[in-house]
Amino acid sequence: MSGVRVLVGTRKGAFILTSDEKREQWDISGPHFAGWEIYHIKGSALAPNRLYASQSNGWFGQLIQRSDDGGQTWEPVGNEFAYEGVTSSHQWYDGTQHPWEFKRVWLLEPSLTEPDTVYAGVEDAALFRSQDGGQSWHELPGLRSAKGHLWQPGAGGMCLHTIVQDPGDPKRLFVAISAAGAFRTTDGGELWEPINQGLNSPFELPDSTAEVGHCVHSIAMHPARPNVLFMQKHWDVMRSDNAGDLWQEISGNLPTDFGFPIVTHAHEPETIYVVPIKSDSEHYPPDGKLRVYRSRTGGNEWEALTQGLPQSDCYVNVLRSALAVDSLASCGVYVGTTGGQVYVSADSGDSWMPIVRDLPAVLSVEVQTLP
Amino acid sequence: MIRVVLPHHLRTLAQVNKEVGLEVDGSVTQRTILDALEAQYPMLRGTIREYGTQQRRPFIRFFACGQDLSHESPDALLPEAVQTGAEPFRIVGAMAGG
Repeated sequence: MSGVRVLVGTRKGAFILTSDEKREQWDISGPHFAGWEIYHIKGSALAPNRLYASQSNGWFGQLIQRSDDGGQTWEPVGNEFAYEGVTSSHQWYDGTQHPWEFKRVWLLEPSLTEPDTVYAGVEDAALFRSQDGGQSWHELPGLRSAKGHLWQPGAGGMCLHTIVQDPGDPKRLFVAISAAGAFRTTDGGELWEPINQGLNSPFELPDSTAEVGHCVHSIAMHPARPNVLFMQKHWDVMRSDNAGDLWQEISGNLPTDFGFPIVTHAHEPETIYVVPIKSDSEHYPPDGKLRVYRSRTGGNEWEALTQGLPQSDCYVNVLRSALAVDSLASCGVYVGTTGGQVYVSADSGDSWMPIVRDLPAVLSVEVQTLP
Repeated sequence: MIRVVLPHHLRTLAQVNKEVGLEVDGSVTQRTILDALEAQYPMLRGTIREYGTQQRRPFIRFFACGQDLSHESPDALLPEAVQTGAEPFRIVGAMAGG
């Protein structure tokens, strides 16, 4: 019987939630790496029992853990992230230039085509790649050449938090950085170009349509249509139909277009999900109601999904990596909150139930659909 | 035999009990102890000292014989009691938080 494995990163460890295709009864495993921040944990599409976890804390720095048995056992692998070449500088809070300094790994993205290749998005923003299963890491420094001197840290640091692979073209990657914007490579990571035309950030940038500097929060792509990208920006939900060449706003009737994550439905390329958050100053849902919003028209027309989600006195946040979908026949949607809840919908968002309610603050949620 | 006490998270990471015993060739200093520790437990690389600079991470402290040795030169000889194994070299996670 098929099922799902939900990989949850939290402020105080990782948790693995498993269920069958009904997604009603759940087994909870964890905490793994108890007491450590797990920014991200993700499995390989090519070898589903191979998982990578980004483990860090303020005392002991960054570790990368790998499991080859679906999270039952783990092995620390390489944790040296050295920037290539002469370390350049970026904009600092006081307007001066500041040298790149490694702080942590925000996400790990196993390759869709090479079993031993995995990408890491790090703070200060850069993209690293391992081609030996995480044992050693090498930067793809061309990314920082895409006007890196104009990038600047957002409130959460200057982090590369999104990596999207084109399933039909292993050489084409998209990344997003706060606060720099979205970038694209078509040669496997050597050369990069900013793809921020159409973004407008009047509250964050003196030149609101600058080529770089935008605080992009997340990007999503449906694998069947790799030229269509969806973006949750600091403010504004956006869409591009030409692989990022030009973006247009699709916020439509959302109660607020601020938020962090955005994902696509597993089987419906025009169905997308966001979680509106009141504002950049008030990181909780509007009106104390946790509502996932779904558009079945590729944006602009949105409906609130509320059944089973708290609709009063709810002041949690949903971070950029804490919304995910499975690919079972009836698409499952998963949302993790800073209040420690992980909710599941087994019917594309129509109704929800909590899997767990009292985990540490959830940083990320990823889902594996198992045969 | 040099005795080293690791903080909880590093004991878990290295899968060891409270104390670690190390053979250190030559002078017994912070650097030679940490070199030996990382050689024996490679998973600890980068968790006590930064890669590249080899500087102590900011929230790590080194205690021994009732003294805070964190700000001593990494190449200074450690107290006799550490060199003989009478006292452990303590690697401590600094107080932080509230």
